Amino acid sequence: MSNKTISFPHLGKYYIPVEYLLKKVTNLNVSPSPPITKKTIDLGSKYSPDFVCIPFKYNLGNLIESLDNGANILLQAGGGCRYGYYKEIQEVILKDMGYKFDFYTLTEEGKVDLKYIFKTFKKLNQDLSFIKFAHYALLTLLMIDYMDNIDDFIRLNIGFEVNKNDFTNLNKKMLKDFTKCNNFFTLTFNYLKYKRKFKKIKINKPKNPLKVGIIGELYTSMEPFSSYFLETELAKMNIQVKRFTNVSYLLLKKKFKKNKMLKYAKDYITYPIGADGLDNVYRTKKLIHDGYDGIIHIKPFGCTPEIGAMPIIKNICKDYKMPIIYFSFDNQISVEGIKTRLEAFYDMLMMKKGGKQ
Amino acid sequence: MNKCYLGIDIGSISTKGVIIDEDNKILASGYIWTKGNPIKAVKDLLKILREQFNDEDYKIVNVGTTGSARKLIGAMLSASTVKNEITAHAIGTISKYPNVKTILEIGGQDSKIIIVEDKIVTDYAMNTLCAAGTGSFLSSQAKRLDVDVEDFGKIALTSKNPTKIAARCTVFAESDLVHKAGSGYKKEDIIAGLCRSIVLNYLNNVGKGKKIKSPIVFQGGVSKNIGVVKAFEDVLNEKIIVDENSHLMGALGVAILSKQEKEEHIFDFNIIDLEFETKAIECQKCPNHCEIITIKKDNKIIDSWGNRCERGTI
Repeated sequence: MSNKTISFPHLGKYYIPVEYLLKKVTNLNVSPSPPITKKTIDLGSKYSPDFVCIPFKYNLGNLIESLDNGANILLQAGGGCRYGYYKEIQEVILKDMGYKFDFYTLTEEGKVDLKYIFKTFKKLNQDLSFIKFAHYALLTLLMIDYMDNIDDFIRLNIGFEVNKNDFTNLNKKMLKDFTKCNNFFTLTFNYLKYKRKFKKIKINKPKNPLKVGIIGELYTSMEPFSSYFLETELAKMNIQVKRFTNVSYLLLKKKFKKNKMLKYAKDYITYPIGADGLDNVYRTKKLIHDGYDGIIHIKPFGCTPEIGAMPIIKNICKDYKMPIIYFSFDNQISVEGIKTRLEAFYDMLMMKKGGKQ
Repeated sequence: MNKCYLGIDIGSISTKGVIIDEDNKILASGYIWTKGNPIKAVKDLLKILREQFNDEDYKIVNVGTTGSARKLIGAMLSASTVKNEITAHAIGTISKYPNVKTILEIGGQDSKIIIVEDKIVTDYAMNTLCAAGTGSFLSSQAKRLDVDVEDFGKIALTSKNPTKIAARCTVFAESDLVHKAGSGYKKEDIIAGLCRSIVLNYLNNVGKGKKIKSPIVFQGGVSKNIGVVKAFEDVLNEKIIVDENSHLMGALGVAILSKQEKEEHIFDFNIIDLEFETKAIECQKCPNHCEIITIKKDNKIIDSWGNRCERGTI
């Protein structure tokens, strides 16, 4: 063991596979940022430019808490919008604050490239062979894919569980077992085992439940804290939830879907509009086609790609009379305001469906 | 003994209450200022309602609460229905105007628009980050001009030439108003200009992208201001309906909703004499520091909320 500690910001439960990978391919102490709390966002907001998007503030807060916990190597992901510049700016801010650390990214100009990631890890661990790296990198990707598949199933059903926390508890157990796997066979075996277990969880789901799709920006979609636990609130209202964005989609599936999405939504959009803008236009049409009752669009305040997509989404919803609600998240927002609007949205969908409010 | 229902709407500025019978007829109603103390306001309101209430022929079998303090007052009165103000306003208005297509609502700190089709809410919006275009904007400007906000409408109607006021933002509107007053504009023209600016602001913010179709019902505290009603009619070029009870629609709506509850829970006015106390505690069990609100009835905790996990349960 070395005296070097590597840390990275949070995004939902994905710290589990990332921690797994780092433990396998480096000799460093691996310690994800402490769980996000109000303190995280307060710290992040204090040291961020006021008008930067909210994921930046959460990430920065995470990194400050990591450094305070003794981390000296930081890792950031990066993506296709402002996210691609997070690392550069956060590095400057943190160094100005007086912290000493090394900072690496996993993506190069928003693109995921295994060779680039290997080079990065090679810097962290000079003895790392490409074979070992490739083995664990692919295993991690598969783990993320399995995790996301199960998550999709959970979202469809957690609103109807008979015994509270059945889904959450089993998910925790599954992720713990996943990290004990060292090869594709045991990982897949575990995945199939848990998939069966999830299907056996007692649910009380009506034939025609209220169905809502969540679309929008990636961070607020995947980090529950940043959307004030939107999905949990929806589950409490006994709603079936569909969400498209997850890491396996962004890393593995997105790039193959561009043409299909453009073709499907060709009446409304003719070229990609940055980040997940096109994807969300496509998803709006898809949700309408699949008979969903309503759509919730979420984004950080000031998220440019989503602001570009919103007027198109509005038009689609107007043409098909699809109920939609928009939330912009910021560190200044009132939680009560979100709850009030969400409750009213639920009432509206129920009224439309002909049930009791 | 006939059944009746109590609905209370506790807003940031005013507290409204109605008692209705099975046919949604209003038996008693009250409207007072909240003054930042919802518990006291509700007690005062209940006193007003008790005076109008005939307790020999009627008994209150269910209570509903709405408005920003709905949860607190719901716990205090053991309400069976605690509903958000958007739904409550829509239900209340639809019960009186079944053909309504657009509901404009401007309250103390929020303003909303509700689009209705065949008695069903199909779209709504509520102001988000800004107080421009709400009642508190008008009352703060009234104070500056040294005019009672109740007289605002009457004064506005005497203006022949409303002044244009830059009202995108409440704070800048105030600077513009000071400037206009300083350069010699008449008070009534400025007031009429303010009423118009509130309407434009509302339509540009809350009403953005919404199809406003007639019949249009205007409600909330600001609907009592005839200057604003006139400005709406001028700008939209449509007739605006303002009910005599336009300020009570939220309370009426939640009273109607409480009728749908299966279980009944008899309400007793003696609650006025009980002691209620609220306390905010900051949970110290993790760095999130959830603020937990507890409400005590005669020194016994009856409800608490605000914690994000089980560790904060009280």
